[in-house]
Amino acid sequence: MTDLVIIGGGPAGMSAAYAAYQKGIRDILILERDSSLGGILQQCIHNGFGLHKFGEELTGPEYAYKYEELVRNTDIKIMLDTMVTDISRDKVITATNSEKGIFTIEAKAVILAMGCRERSKGALNIPGTRPSGIYSAGTAQKLVNMEGYLPGKNIVILGSGDIGLIMARRMTLEGAKVKAVCELMPYSGGLKRNIVQCLDDYDIPLKLSHTVTEIHGKERLRGVTIAKVDNFRKPIEGTEEYIECDTLLLSVGLIPENELSKYASVKLDNITGGPVVDQNRQTSADGIFACGNVLHVHDLVDYVSQESEIAGISAAEYIQSKNEKNTSIKITTDGKIRYSVPQMITEKKDTTIYFRVSDVFKNATIMVLKNDQVILSKKKPALAPGEMESIRIKSDDLENTQELTLRLEVQ
Amino acid sequence: MYDVAVIGAGVTGAMIARTLCRFGLDVCILEKENDAACGATKANSAIVHAGFDAKEGSLKAKLNVKGSKMMKKITDELGVKYINNGSLVIGFNEEDRKTIESLLERGIKNGVDGLKILGKEQLKAIEPNISDSVICALYAPTGAIICPYELTIAAIGNAMDNGATFKRNFCVEKITKTDKGYEVSSEIETVAAKLVINAAGLFADKIAEMIGDTSFKITPRRGEYILLDKECGSIVSHTIFRTPSKMGKGILVTPTVDGNLLTGPTSENITDKEDKSTTQNGFANIIREANENLEGIPYNKTITSFCGLRAAGDTGDFIINSPIDGFINVAGIESPGLTASPAIAEMVKDMIEEKLGTLTEKKDFNPIRKPMHHFRSASVEEKNEIIKRDKSFGKIICRCEGVTEGEILEALRTNPKAYDLDGVKRRTRAQMGRCQGGFCTPYIMRLISDEMNIPYESVTKKGGSSTLVTMRTKEVENI
Amino acid sequence: MTKELTCIICPMGCNMTVELKDNKVMDVHGNTCPRGKNYATNECTNPTRTITTTVRCKSGELLPVKTSKPIPKDKIMDAMKIINNASPILPVSIGDVIIEDVFGSRIVSSKNLK
Repeated sequence: MTDLVIIGGGPAGMSAAYAAYQKGIRDILILERDSSLGGILQQCIHNGFGLHKFGEELTGPEYAYKYEELVRNTDIKIMLDTMVTDISRDKVITATNSEKGIFTIEAKAVILAMGCRERSKGALNIPGTRPSGIYSAGTAQKLVNMEGYLPGKNIVILGSGDIGLIMARRMTLEGAKVKAVCELMPYSGGLKRNIVQCLDDYDIPLKLSHTVTEIHGKERLRGVTIAKVDNFRKPIEGTEEYIECDTLLLSVGLIPENELSKYASVKLDNITGGPVVDQNRQTSADGIFACGNVLHVHDLVDYVSQESEIAGISAAEYIQSKNEKNTSIKITTDGKIRYSVPQMITEKKDTTIYFRVSDVFKNATIMVLKNDQVILSKKKPALAPGEMESIRIKSDDLENTQELTLRLEVQ
Repeated sequence: MYDVAVIGAGVTGAMIARTLCRFGLDVCILEKENDAACGATKANSAIVHAGFDAKEGSLKAKLNVKGSKMMKKITDELGVKYINNGSLVIGFNEEDRKTIESLLERGIKNGVDGLKILGKEQLKAIEPNISDSVICALYAPTGAIICPYELTIAAIGNAMDNGATFKRNFCVEKITKTDKGYEVSSEIETVAAKLVINAAGLFADKIAEMIGDTSFKITPRRGEYILLDKECGSIVSHTIFRTPSKMGKGILVTPTVDGNLLTGPTSENITDKEDKSTTQNGFANIIREANENLEGIPYNKTITSFCGLRAAGDTGDFIINSPIDGFINVAGIESPGLTASPAIAEMVKDMIEEKLGTLTEKKDFNPIRKPMHHFRSASVEEKNEIIKRDKSFGKIICRCEGVTEGEILEALRTNPKAYDLDGVKRRTRAQMGRCQGGFCTPYIMRLISDEMNIPYESVTKKGGSSTLVTMRTKEVENI
Repeated sequence: MTKELTCIICPMGCNMTVELKDNKVMDVHGNTCPRGKNYATNECTNPTRTITTTVRCKSGELLPVKTSKPIPKDKIMDAMKIINNASPILPVSIGDVIIEDVFGSRIVSSKNLK
């Protein structure tokens, strides 16, 4: 029996492991499918990580290394090149690697930290042919930054998520020509800073309210047809434009990878795509916690680390039987606030609620309602779906209620 | 000189080649693509039809029913998946009911076993998600599902293991009659054979023209499909057809042998035999009709969409004949061609016997092929034994489908070897899951590059110019 | 002369207008806070960027590197040409200098590689 098993050795897994270790847990095992710790940070060679956490701008590998050093200086056990294939509700983990074959581990507590994957081309149903040269942005990032190959020379990017923007600059620096970035929505989901420094700096056009309507080319991609979309995101006839290109990158969203969570019968949130959790990041399955992008997609890795500390500390307390469930409060959101994490509160203590909004809003007020009364409100000059927001609720406010509602009002 | 040159490595050519090998003939299979099963075989409904569709007395009817009865044994021998899930033709109104009754009658005449008509209650009991507006259905217990490219690759591999030759990227440009038989030439190579089998699918008319036979034309018929996540595979257990009408056979919904849900096909005659593009209209039609058949198909769980081109002949039936001595056309093999393929192969063998005299089965022919998915279907103990011997089976490369490095290397080393990403995909299912190769593509490219000893830049998706990366970074000029 | 730019300091994304004379900032409009004005001034007089990229080591491995401090924005592509020619010898640790001077900045390793 292992005290704590952590699935995934990326930023979430490492941070959770270290936090649990500091809380006194010694028997900790990280299972990582790749051949090094760090997860997707290893291919994110750009900078901008760590401003909140370390007060300096780091690249992905540098940020990962800071945590790797912390973890390596403890007794935390690490198994690399090990793929977890199953977790049961009673916390029996099945994994595979070349050395041990297929084996099982029983755990007192489990932290899910598997991260997320990119939405694929297949899910988009873009009409046309199926040539080579179409990649999700993250795959292209791996090819360029880890393998050292340029996917193509003339690039169109669909979706203005941060990875897409980062890759627009990266491919340009390596000598490719990025002809356009098309975004279905009337605004970009990426950070402003990335739009300025990855697109504007290199005169790459950002075409808002545009999508790819057809893919051309039998063997290798030859071009794409793009078109403007209306308010219902449907292509407008007559606005089609053909762009010659040999590569199409897709940056159309990230999906928390919760196949294992499903095996463990963990209840999932339809909107986040991740588990429903309480303030301790404990899922509906007793002793199974979740943090990082497997729980919900984060904008900054710093927040992943922060969230994972909560999961690590809570898992430690769970193992030490220090958790106390003394309430059951559901957190609901109105439509303008898409989701919150946590979705539940089970312990009366000061709790920060993280959330994302569904659209771009200016001069908005975020309110927390208890039994139809506003108990907390916070003014925000600007809100965007790309950025995570938070509000802190005091333990006193958790008395005498079974539901809190997050509401957004726009002047 | 070969005994037989088979043009086309689709399911028809593959089954013929294997059967002829079995009877001791020296066979060479010529395929214009980089792999077997790249044409109509790759993209169809993957169904073993019971045989009530085709008009009684037609080749289609005869070979369908016979093929359907042969399929189980062949899939066992070749180690490929076969699920006898049964099929249903659903009717929405009284007119459909009449058609269903005539299908039942026709099916009985064609020799299909076990057909019966189910009422709404009985139907709902076995398929609870069927639409409430369905009033009755024809139930065919012999209907089954298979994976057509898995079957084809296995049949070619088994033929090769028994001595057949497989030439990829061999696009036939010319066929010359000689004293001893034929010379079949591509731009760079010529193969001599006593007999030629034209199983060239969409291009069978072009091949026939090369020996002066212009008696038929093949029209490409576009069929678009949408494939859904494995989460959705259990929405139905049977293959659900609509009642055929003047508008065609309509959109079917079926589980696949791999547990996904497949919906389609559209049906549209086009002119370009290479145009495998999907269309916005096609997607809309599939989604609309499939949702009429069943309640709540979650199209937000779409994994991919694709288009197949069916090789539609102009006679209404399969075109299996010998226009000149030693040359056999096996053309117009549209639905139920996949089901009929083992029976077509038998028929071709009989035609050859007329020419060469009675053929006897080769004594040392081994009909058994090691299943492509032997590792994934093994028990934990067996898997651990395999991993102990070969560590590459302990390394999972494709997370979504759980495919190991060992399985990918096997696909690159087993007859007929995979030479590109799609070839690996069809043999192992790597890149076929939810992320569609997002994570594993660079790894698989590395394995192909190492195994074939070619530069990373030369690895392709599907042969030809379908390369995946343009060049190494740091070597780009003019930045 | 005036220049339009979007502030990247916070999610507000203020659209700012900068009045310039002889490459000197005379005034900034549209900003809501002093940080915006500061950003606009720098962007208009001496825009700089940190570059992150890779170099190929002698033994073939790819090493991620970055400029140790921001370099002038208009020198990015020239800097890339210089960086692309580097081919360090392993092992390399985070912070090791790969090139001494590229437009006033060092190029340093951002990964440990054996």
